[in-house]
Parts: sequence; C-alpha cells; structure tokens
Amino acid sequence: MKKTFRIGGVHPHDNKISAGAATEIFPPVETVYVSMAQHLGAPATPVVAVGDTVKAGQVIAEPAGFISGFVHSPVSGTVKKVEPRADIAGNMVPHVEIAVEGDEWAEGIDTTPDIIRDIPWTPEEIVEKVKKAGVVGLGGASFPTHVKLAPPKDKKAECVILNGTECEPYLTSDDRIMQERPEEILLGGVIMMKALGVDRCYVGIEENKPAAIAAMTKAAAAYSQVEIVTLKKRYPQGGEKQLIDAVIRRQVPSGALPIDTGAVVQNVGTALAVYEAVQKNRPLIDNVITVTGRCMPVQHNYKVRIGTPMSKILEVAGGLPADAAKVISGGPMMGRAVANLDAATVKANGAILVLTEKETRRRPESACIRCSKCASACPMGLEPWLLNKLSRAGGRFDELEQERVFDCIECGCCSFTCPAGIPLLDMIRPAKAEVLKILRSRPKKQ
Amino acid sequence: MTGTVLFTIATLVAIGLLFAVVLYIVAQKFKVEEDPRIAVVESILPGANCGGCGKAGCHAFAEGVVKADGMDGFFCPVGGNPVMSKVAEALGRAVEEKAPMVAAMRCNGSLANRARTNEYDGYASCKVMAALYSGDTGCRYGCLGKGDCEAACQFDAIHVNPTTGIAEVNEDKCTACGSCVKACPKGILELRAKGFKNRRVFVSCINRDKGAITRKACSVGCIGCGKCAKVCAFGAITVENNVAYIDFTKCKMCRKCVEECPTHAIHEVNFPPKPPKVEPKPVEKPHEENV
Amino acid sequence: MNRQIISPSPHIHGPESTRSIMRDVLIALAPMSLVSILASGWSVVLLLCVSMVSCILLEFLIQKYWLKVPVTVSDLSAAVTGCLLALNLPPEAPWWIAVIGAVVAIGIAKMTFGGLGQNIFNPALVGRVFLLVSFPVIMTTWDDAGSMFGLVDAFSGATPLGEIKEGLKSGATLSELKADDLGFTQQFFLHAGGSTGELSALALILGFIYLLCRRVIKATIPLTIICTVAVVSGIFHLADPEHFTGPVFNIFTGGLLLGSIFMATDYVTSPMTTKGQIIFAVGIGLITVFVRYFGSYPEGVSFAILIMNSTVPLLNKYCKPRRFGEVRK
Repeated sequence: MKKTFRIGGVHPHDNKISAGAATEIFPPVETVYVSMAQHLGAPATPVVAVGDTVKAGQVIAEPAGFISGFVHSPVSGTVKKVEPRADIAGNMVPHVEIAVEGDEWAEGIDTTPDIIRDIPWTPEEIVEKVKKAGVVGLGGASFPTHVKLAPPKDKKAECVILNGTECEPYLTSDDRIMQERPEEILLGGVIMMKALGVDRCYVGIEENKPAAIAAMTKAAAAYSQVEIVTLKKRYPQGGEKQLIDAVIRRQVPSGALPIDTGAVVQNVGTALAVYEAVQKNRPLIDNVITVTGRCMPVQHNYKVRIGTPMSKILEVAGGLPADAAKVISGGPMMGRAVANLDAATVKANGAILVLTEKETRRRPESACIRCSKCASACPMGLEPWLLNKLSRAGGRFDELEQERVFDCIECGCCSFTCPAGIPLLDMIRPAKAEVLKILRSRPKKQ
Repeated sequence: MTGTVLFTIATLVAIGLLFAVVLYIVAQKFKVEEDPRIAVVESILPGANCGGCGKAGCHAFAEGVVKADGMDGFFCPVGGNPVMSKVAEALGRAVEEKAPMVAAMRCNGSLANRARTNEYDGYASCKVMAALYSGDTGCRYGCLGKGDCEAACQFDAIHVNPTTGIAEVNEDKCTACGSCVKACPKGILELRAKGFKNRRVFVSCINRDKGAITRKACSVGCIGCGKCAKVCAFGAITVENNVAYIDFTKCKMCRKCVEECPTHAIHEVNFPPKPPKVEPKPVEKPHEENV
Repeated sequence: MNRQIISPSPHIHGPESTRSIMRDVLIALAPMSLVSILASGWSVVLLLCVSMVSCILLEFLIQKYWLKVPVTVSDLSAAVTGCLLALNLPPEAPWWIAVIGAVVAIGIAKMTFGGLGQNIFNPALVGRVFLLVSFPVIMTTWDDAGSMFGLVDAFSGATPLGEIKEGLKSGATLSELKADDLGFTQQFFLHAGGSTGELSALALILGFIYLLCRRVIKATIPLTIICTVAVVSGIFHLADPEHFTGPVFNIFTGGLLLGSIFMATDYVTSPMTTKGQIIFAVGIGLITVFVRYFGSYPEGVSFAILIMNSTVPLLNKYCKPRRFGEVRK
C-alpha cells in the first residue's frame, strides 16, 4: 500500500501535459531585472551601482538580516538601473536592471556537466557555501536554505526528506529535473545529510511520475542511505507538514516547527541547487520553469535565468492564445495570479500557467449547505466553513484563534471542493493574518 | 376536570413564585454597583456603538469619561459638539468646541477617469483584494471600489457608485466616526474639517508614483507638479512623495490652487457657482501671481 | 488575451456543485420511486408530481415575490424535498395532502429559517410529521387496491408496525400476531403497507450505494443508525421475544431505511464531524426503537430524526475534527 498523509486532501485532475517536454535552455534575453526579494524575509541590499560591469554568478546583493539571502547576477553585462520595479502583483520591489553582454561567468564556477561525487566539506563549510550561493527553497515558499540546514542547537534532525511530490496540477519542472539529473539531486541530498549529521534520506515522489521514480530509483542504487518513497497521488502532499506525515508518519504539532519531528524537508530543485552550490561553486541563478496550459499550443520546460520578464518567456513559448484569461505564477492551487506580465521571474518561480476563462472563472457564490466537504478536505483538520463564518462576522478573533485559524496552510482544498462555490480561503486568509498579528503582539509566556 | 385545572394553575403559580424569589435573591446578591452618572452620560450619547471615539462602544465611552478628570481625549464624533456639551454639563465640566469633521474621499479614479487593466474575480472585499495585488488599474493607490467602507459605515453615508466604480461620501449623513477611514486598506479616506458653510478644498488623490506613471494610469491624479504649493499664499499645501496635501487648519479657502491644478485633482466643495466670467483667464493669472 | 482575470488562489474548482449533489440525490431516489410506481400505480406518479411541483413553485414564489431575494430553485434542493415528501406519504393519499405537506415543508420548515442551509429541521420530515399529526387516518391507513401490474396483492389496513402496535396494546403476544408472517424476502424486495418510499429495501439500498459511489454522503450515519437499532432491538427481543419485535423486522419495516439513508444524512440538518455524526445517529437509533416499543405511535423514525436535528448546533460546537498534529488520546 502506497503511503500518503492522513488527514483531508483532494484529488484535482493532474493535467501533467508538459511532462514529456524535455528541458530547453531559454534563449538569452537583452535585459534582466533581478528582484531583491528573492527569498522570504528582508529584501537583500544591492552592492552594485549603476554602470558596474558584472559577470554571471557575481554577488550583486547581500543579505539584510538573518532570514535573508545573497543575490547573484544571472548574466554578464552592465548594471543599468537600481530602482523599484513592479513585481507580479504590481507592488514596487527594489530591482537591479542589467543589460546583457555576452555570457561570461565569475571566477571559480564550474560550468562543466561533470558529476563530482566526493564531498570533502565539513557541515559548517556546506552551510556557508549554500548561504553564499543564495540558495532558497524552490518549492514555493523560498525560505533561505542555509537557515534550515543549521537548526537551533536544542533541535536534533533525524532525516532529510526530499520533496519530489509536485502535487500541484500542471507543474512538471521537478519531474523533469528528476528524470534528467537524478544523481545530482541525490548528491544534494547526501550533502544536506552531511550538513545536518543524519544518516537517512527519503525522496517522496507521487505515483503519477513513473519516469522520475524509475530514474531516481536507478540512481539511488548506489546510495544506501537514500530511499525512494512512492506516494499516492493526493493534493497537498507537497506541503511540508503533509509530506513528513506521509513519509515518516509523524505530525508536526500545532505551533511547532517541522524540525521538531526530526525531519528537514527540501524540494528536489533545492537539492540540485545545493549540489551545484557546494560541488561546483555555482550560485542559484537559474531554474526550470514549466510553461503550460491546456490552451497553449506547445508545452515547455525551460531552464531560465532569473530576472527574465514573464512576457518574454510567454512570447518565446508561442505567445498568449486569444482565449487565455489568467496567467499564474506557480500551480493552479497555490500559485499567484500575475497582474503585471512584465514582472521578472524569481528563484522560486516554478511555472507559468495559462488558463482560459472557462477553466478559471469563479462560480457565483450560493448558500452554504453544510455538507462539511471543506472540513473533510482540510489537510490540517480545520473547519473552513466555521472559519469563513467567523471571519465574515468580523472581529471574532478569540474564536478564530480557538479554532486554530493560524494552522491554515492556505492550500486551497476548501475553496476547491466547496459545492456552493464559497471563496472560503479568500475569507480565511485575512482572518489568519489578523490572528497571527495578535499572537505576535502578545507577550511571550515563559 | 375542574380539579385538574385548579391543580395545574396552582402548580404553575407556585413554580413562578419560586423562580421569582430565586431571581430576586440572585439579582440582589450579585448586584454591581455602578456610578449612576455613567447611565446618565450613556443616555446622552447617540448609542450607535460605532467605536468612532476609540472606545469599545458608548457604554465604555461613558464609563471612561466619568472616571476621567477632564474631558481631554473624549470626543464623540457622531454626536459632535452638542452632545459633548451636554455630557460636560451633566458632569459639571467645561468643554472646548471642536470643528465638525467629515470624511473626504481622496480618489477620483472613476471608470471614466482611470482605465481598468484587469478584472478582479475574488471575494468582493477591498481588504482581500489589496492583500492580493496592487489593484485592477494602473494606479496602486486608488479606490478599489469593493465597498469595505460601505460595509463599515453605520450611518449609510458612504456608497460605491456603480457608474463610477468608486466610493462617494454623503456629507449630510456622515458623522465623521472614522469607521471608513479604518476600513479602507488603501488609506484613501481622511477626516477633514467640514469647514465654514461646509465649504472645503482638498486634493482628491494620494498617488505617490511619479507624475508620468500617475498620468498614464489616471487622468485626474495628482502628478506632484507643485504648482498648487507655489500658488498658495498661506503655506497650507505641501508636496511630498509626488503628491500634494492641503492642511485644512491652514487653508483659507481662496481656491487658487483649484484653478492652478493641471489635472483637476484639487476639489472644491459647496462653494457657490462661480460667476460666468471665466473667459479672461490670462488676465487673472498674472494678477494671482502678483499676490 | 482579451481580458485578464486576477483572483486569489485556488484558481481551479472541483467538479461538484450544489446542483450536481441534489441531482445525485434525485437519481438515488429514482429506483424507489420507480418501484412504488410499478407497485401502486398512477396515484404515486400524481403524488410525486404534485409534491415536487408544489415545493419548487412555493420556493420560487416565496423567494421572488415575498422575500425578494435571488431565486435559487435551480439548485434542485426544493425538488429533493418534494420527492422525499411524496415518498413519505401513503401511495393512495389524496393529492392535496402533498400540497399541504409542501406548504409546511418549504414555507415553514425551510424558508422561514432563511432558506437552504439555514433550516434546523429536515423540511420533508417536518411536512410529514405535520401531516401525520393533522391527518392521522389518511397517513396511517393503506388502501392499496389499485396495484398497477398486480405485483402486490390487494391490501387494506394498517402498516405491519401499526398492526403489531395495536395488537400488543390489546394484550396479544407477538407469536399470536404472527408478525413474522411477513417473510424476510418479501420485506427486502417488495412489501405492501407503508409509505411510498418504504416499499422496497432493495431499491433504497441501491440508491444508498449510488450515493456512496458518487461520494455524496458517507456511510457513517446510515450504518450507525442501523447498527444501533439492530443492537438495541436485539437485546430487547432476546429478553422478551413475546413483546418486542426483532432486529430484522425493525430494520426492514417502516421508514428506517428511507430515513437513515436519505433524511438523516441531509447535509443541512446533520452534524459536520464524524464524531458528531455518530452521536447523532446513535440518538436516532435509540429514539426510534423506544418510540416503536413504548410510544403511542407505531413509527418513530421521523420523530427521532427531528429530535436529533435539534441537537445538531450543539454537536457542531462540541465535536471538533481531529486537528493535524493533535496527539491521539
């Protein structure tokens, strides 16, 4: 019996129509716009000035706090501007604009495809290299990876779980890298095991990716500490908490960190980035992006330098069809609708999904019939119907806290499943933000 | 038959009496002594419980004002000066008159003035929409028109006009409680002095983008050109972050800025219609500059 | 791209809608309705039509002209109420009974509470109980002379449950009453005497399986009710077989199957969590058996469900789902 997580979940149609498209190197662009907010936490501080010449892989911004990260130039060229620019939501974020000239790489970066298996580094060196390479979680949350690889002294990691579930419909970038570069991903896992001082690594892959499972299993034969775990197809299996539950049958208690279960979860893309950072000195300056949609004539998986405008990617991919209505950065369940198509890609951009009005238009909302399908679907065991009711009533934060609205992972299962078309998550999100604000402002009990 | 009826009546009466006695004892035992003046003050207050005063409601306001020494920090925006003077009278204190206020809508980006660039399809709430993205126009600061202010207003004084797509304040109904100001995620609404004969001048825009960006997004946005600040003889207008702001405590309602504004972002309210002689503009202008 | 749509995630929606769920319930009720039509003839067709049409029409009129709210009859919930109401009437009941039932069900039990999703009690059951109390003779006697294809012998009198109740009241014992004359096979496939929707256990079970396969309902409530009835009546029957009917008889007679599969599982009036649903269902089972054994009415399912309906808000408040990360007690 294949494993899966134990509470809730839904089964959206997986639509992995781009799974067969091999990764293509995206053609060079003229200008890249590198966002300083590539990671969760404080935006990085630019260390280049207008007119500076930069090489690919050169540091252009330094972390501005503990939860922050380095940003590197994805191309070689000249810095044209350092100023705020609109991100996908239209909000202004500091960007470094670089005019591309040639493709010269910074010194010390190994750009050959050779696989380096020998890992002579100490845990401290690994964490430092990962930090210097600006590696962030590529699963979507873009949490700085070096922070996760150096857990607090009182917490003990027991295993590394590589997340190859890719449970969001449509997305295939992780699928492609697992098929194309399985051994490098595993080496990334081995490096992280060394950094954390653990001897167990699991790779969770959903059953709808047989080619990836085969490739990874074959590559894992040489690594006795690594186990490939085939999981049932179910959304949101790729959620950190759900994946830990599915693979090692432990549930992260409310308010605790995943590390409290002894597991450190990293996306397979992150593992690849860690491998390149540590073994090849190659900072995170590009990633694989799925460009897909039922309305798109051709499906693509592109390896794109960060900072490439989305409009450019869509143009190269064949242009937006006339019936396209929504462009999403990420998957259809948790991705963000793109308001500004000229926005540049960031490190954690895994996909550009194009949906038609028919596929994505919300239904008119009707009365709640109390079918409790939202509660059955909630992977956190919450009651979305109740949270929706309390959120709409306004000001009932005590009850919302009691109903643990802060546990919501915003996976969207409730809104997806509601037969009455009630936008449950739309209502829960602001309530959660408000309750979290209240919780943070409360003095900590000793 | 009669016996049953009598028995029933007797039982019910007995139960009723028993409960009455219990209720009386409990009410006496757990009675909360309250300053009688609190009830008096509360009866003077409007009783809307809108929270415009910053307290949890009219009772909390009454409790607070009775316990406080003076009237400082206590003002009921809904009742205004008449109610506050009554409260002061009841408590035997003196009170200062405050200028009546009204909510000002500082965005004129109607459907005609500001083109929509995309369509929002989520839950109709400005708060939800603002958390998601900058808005359905090129302007990141303007009214989203989803009516959070309308929902927050307890006096039916602010409505989103379906033909313009933006909120409109009904100044006769507005009590300046400030609920809409708190509800607006974009911070567009502001409480301003209602002014002599309800006349006011204000900048109906808060767009902090550079002029070129603002102009592209909206035909009536403040582009921060600073002409109004130059023409103002009273130093009431400041231009910061590419947007002008008129300090209503300094404004003398001369309205020169209104004429000066190239994008008509400065609004005048309740002034009598101007004399039809608007033709000799070139003559007027140098005259103004000499002043 | 002509117009760009922006919305918060998720950007896709599952296939289910209120309408598709209600349609599934109607489909699940089809076998039972067909069997009734075959067994009892045109009168059932008339009842079903009158009941459904009056429910839909009433909801439409109330929403459009009285409450002046958007009309939502297209979600088919009124049709389901109408269908269930008809199946709760005797096959030979006059058509106007259905109209009165519809007025009570839709007008009083549903719309006064605020329409779909707001009602505390199952509308169809409120309609049935109102009729049962107001027109006891029509609602409890069956004059089944006009079987369409002669599937059932002409039959006149009370329901099996009613007959036994009367018999026991007059001091007879079960063996004298020969209650078990009604063989199991007959009870299972088709038997006379009972509401339109009580004639065939098989047809109801077919509908149940359909609902389960379509994931419209979960098996929790129906199975718990049936188990509770089986256990409790089993204990009583073993203790005194002369005065208490047995589990099989109790499960397959009366409206137990109809009630537990289609009425107790009504989304609006049943608890949200599995824990709550089990308590709710056990309550229904217990009350049903006790009404049947000790009450003055021969049948207790409707009362049991309505009584337990009233506990639902409380059960929702105190029965919470198991949260993620919660330690199992």
